[in-house]
Amino acid sequence: MAKQNIDLSVNGFTYRVAVEPWRSLAEVLREELGLTGTKVGCNQGDCGACTVLIDGRAVSSCLTLAVEAHQRQITTIEGLATSPDHLHPLQRAFIDHGAVQCGFCTAGMILSAKALLDQNPEPSEEEIRQGIAGNLCRCTGYVKIVEAISAAAQTLRGAREER
Amino acid sequence: MAMPHFEHHQPTSLEEALDILTRHGAEAKLMGGGTDLVMKMRAGALEPRHVVSLGRVAGLNRISYRDDDGLVIGGSTRISEVAAHPEVRRHYPALAHACSVMATPQIRNMGTVAGNLANAAPSADTAAPLLAYRASVVLVERGGRRQVKLTDFFKGPGLTDLEPGEILEAIRVPAPPNRCGSAYQRLSERSQVDIAAVGVAGFVALDLAGAIIGARLALSAVAPTPVRCPEAEALLEGQLPTPELLRRASVACVRASRPIDDLRASANYRRSMVQVLSLRVLEQCLALAKGESTPRV
Repeated sequence: MAKQNIDLSVNGFTYRVAVEPWRSLAEVLREELGLTGTKVGCNQGDCGACTVLIDGRAVSSCLTLAVEAHQRQITTIEGLATSPDHLHPLQRAFIDHGAVQCGFCTAGMILSAKALLDQNPEPSEEEIRQGIAGNLCRCTGYVKIVEAISAAAQTLRGAREER
Repeated sequence: MAMPHFEHHQPTSLEEALDILTRHGAEAKLMGGGTDLVMKMRAGALEPRHVVSLGRVAGLNRISYRDDDGLVIGGSTRISEVAAHPEVRRHYPALAHACSVMATPQIRNMGTVAGNLANAAPSADTAAPLLAYRASVVLVERGGRRQVKLTDFFKGPGLTDLEPGEILEAIRVPAPPNRCGSAYQRLSERSQVDIAAVGVAGFVALDLAGAIIGARLALSAVAPTPVRCPEAEALLEGQLPTPELLRRASVACVRASRPIDDLRASANYRRSMVQVLSLRVLEQCLALAKGESTPRV
C-alpha cells in the first residue's frame, strides 16, 4: 500500500513527508523529522511520555496516526524554547526546581503543563495534578514537578502583566 | 506487535464516508479518535484493510442544546469538548462529570463520545449517564437513518446494534425537566487512567410536592453491557424519598448487576460497591433536584 504525502506543521515549520498510513505521529516525528525530544514509553496511551500538542490540545502521539495530523498545528518540546539561551518558563522552572531526574517523562510532562496553563493560567495544585494525570513519572514522586508548574504559572502571569 | 497495513481514508462529508464504508464492507473499520482502534490494531486484535477516519467529516463535530429539543452530540465530538461545554455541565452534570474524569486528558482530547459507545466496553464511562438520561443514537447508512434507544444499542461486550455500513452520526438526549438532579460516580483503584471497576449514574425528577416522578439508574462495568435498573426505578417512582426507600432502591440496583471477577475487582466487591454508589448517587440526585446543592462536575 502506497505512502501518503502529508504536510506536518511542527513548531511553525511545515514538512512535506511521505508516510505509510499505519505509522504513528510519534514515530514520524522521531524517525522522519529527527525530533527525538518526543519519547515513546508504553506505546499504548497510558504513560504520556509521547504527549505533543495538536491545535493546542495535549494528545498521545503514539496513538495518533501521522496521516491524521495532516495540516494540523503540532507543538513538540523542541518548539518551546526560542533559543538555547531562552528556555520556556516551564523548562526553566523544571530545571530550577529539580523536577527532572531521568528525564524520560519530562517532554510530555512539560507539554501537558503547557496545555493546562494555556487554558488555565492560575491553576490550583489539584488542577495541576489533574492536568498531568495522564503523565507518569517513576523518579520524582511528582512533588517537584507540581512545584515547577506552579512556579512557571506565576512567571508566565508576571510576564503577561508586564506587557 | 507490528501494526497491520491498511489504507487510510479521511472523507470530508458524510456521503463520502458512507460510500467508502459501503465499498469496503467488512474490510473497513471506522475511526473516531483512534484511542481504541489503534490500540487494538497494534495488539493484533483487529486487522482492517481500510480505516475510515471521521475526524474531518463536515458537520459531525458539534454540540447543540435547545430547551425544547435537548442535547445533540455529533459523531466526532471529543470527550473533552463535551466535558467543557457549558450547557452540558449545566443540564447534564452526570455526563459532564463522566467526561471529565475518565481516562487521561490526552485520551479525552482524542477520543469521541460516539466512539466510547460504539466500542461498547461494559465499563464505558459515558454509557451509564447517557442511559440514565434516556439517550438515543442516530445511525445513518446510505439508504437512510434510524434512531435506536441506547438501552437497545448495546448487545454484549464490544457488540452493538450498529450494522456494517452504518455510522453513529449523533447522540440525542432529551431535555431535562424542572426539579431534576443527576449524578455519576465511578470507582477504580487508581483515580485516573484506569478503567472503572464500577460506575453508577442516576437521574431523579420530583413533583411540586417532592414525590419522585421520574427515576433512572444505570450501571457500568458490572454486567456484559452497561445496564439500567428497572426494578429500582419502579420502587422509586411515585414515592416520597425516604432513607429507607433509597436503601431499598440501592439494594435493587445490585440485583440488576451481573458482575465478574477480574483483575480490577471481585464480583462480590463490585456488588457491594453498586449498592454504596447507588445510594450516594441517589442522595446527590435528590439534593440537586431539591436545589440544595449545585452540580459538581
